[in-house]
Amino acid sequence: MDILHKTPLFDVHRRSGGKMVEFAGWALPVQYNSILAEHEAVRSRAGLFDVSHMGKVTVRGKGAFDFLQRIATGDIGVLVDGQAIYSLMCYPDGGVVDDILVYRFGPGDFFLVLNAANTDKDYNWLVQNNIEGVKISNVSEDFAQIALQGPRSEKILQALTETDLNNLRFFRMLCDVEIAGAKCMVSRTGYTGEDGFEIYTGPDSAPALWDAILEAGKPCGVVPAGLGARDSLRLEACLPLYGHELSADITPIEAGLGRFVRFDKPDFIGRAALAACSSKGAARKLAGFEMEERGVPRANYPVESAGREVGFVTSGGYSPTLKKNVGLALLEADRAGQGDKIDVVIRGKKLRAVIVPIPFYKKHYKKK
Amino acid sequence: MNIPADLKYSSEHEWVRAEGDEASIGITDHAQQALGDIVFVELPEVGDEVGAGEAFAVVESVKAASDVYAPVSGKIIKVNERLFASPELVNSDPYGSWFVVVLMSDPGELATLLSAEDYNKFCEEE
Repeated sequence: MDILHKTPLFDVHRRSGGKMVEFAGWALPVQYNSILAEHEAVRSRAGLFDVSHMGKVTVRGKGAFDFLQRIATGDIGVLVDGQAIYSLMCYPDGGVVDDILVYRFGPGDFFLVLNAANTDKDYNWLVQNNIEGVKISNVSEDFAQIALQGPRSEKILQALTETDLNNLRFFRMLCDVEIAGAKCMVSRTGYTGEDGFEIYTGPDSAPALWDAILEAGKPCGVVPAGLGARDSLRLEACLPLYGHELSADITPIEAGLGRFVRFDKPDFIGRAALAACSSKGAARKLAGFEMEERGVPRANYPVESAGREVGFVTSGGYSPTLKKNVGLALLEADRAGQGDKIDVVIRGKKLRAVIVPIPFYKKHYKKK
Repeated sequence: MNIPADLKYSSEHEWVRAEGDEASIGITDHAQQALGDIVFVELPEVGDEVGAGEAFAVVESVKAASDVYAPVSGKIIKVNERLFASPELVNSDPYGSWFVVVLMSDPGELATLLSAEDYNKFCEEE
């Protein structure tokens, strides 16, 4: 594990019993005590995640807005200062470079959050497509990133700051917040399907901030949580994961993310291919399914319909909240209707599953 | 880590409790801890033949599927169907949660397995 990148919280994880694994070149805790217990804590109380491995890039200058409009499938023009948008970056053929968050700090000042595994690829893609008057900087190492997720997140974090978090709306960021003495940026975002915050701070401030949140959150039942729970939580909420639901070979239209592709904005990379895909209807469609027979679906297992292979599982596993085995699969579009029966091939055995509505789990948390 | 003295062990972290020609087989405390929360167990059918060293069952944690290997050869005469509905028993009671009972075709294979003491050493070195 010596050759892996270490987040500013590496020693904290080791000290508190985190079971360290490799993820996208980083050493991160997959769990502390129990993935199921951490998952349940986030759904009912709160969990604290180290997500410092996420890539961070600033895009600045008088051309920054026009540049991002060309790079992103979403309309950067809707953003006001302190607001974020979820968007895709696509190749000319419509395949996905990455799914990202774009924050606007000011008219020529943007902050991008990228998937850890894609940081170098994304940075190179941005630089390769750069235009005059834009400065792109990889600032990944300048920040630790901590996610506090779950219904009690606001109560826990509020105890550590003078800033009124009740006024922080969904997908909004505050850039100058002091939490437990640390200078932070805080956004109301996450990857769990629960209310929560993502906190950016300097690498040196991170360990004390981590400890302070766990200490302040004790009465609320907060626990440190690892990558295992992060994955099971995002699967229940059907939040896509690059390399699974999205890739260079899967378009956002196929992945059911068409609402994040805006054809009513200026031209962007991939627009023509995606417009064609959208107007004639995608040949493949991402669908959610529940196992009817006993078996746990996993990524890349083949899916059959009437004895013929019609797609593959992109993500799957046990849903702790539903207490069922569920998955997402990329299927031939006419085999992906709700109620349709499919067979998931698990270790050579065909096991029956049924297409169900997604997301598997939806909480109506604060989105004012 | 719990390693009962009266059981035999494999280097793949299975335990064997032999009574006459019958051997019950499960996975060790070390194995369940390494796997984490177990959410699914797949077992063979009664009547299936297994050979020593062959995968005969699968345990799945939240994260991944892992094979379970037969420490001894023989015919499956019982499977623990309680684990279908309650796979978490493998975590909470690894030595009470037998997967199968095998009618051994060669009880001499037991001599090739590790004692509790040797298995403890093996785990420490691994």
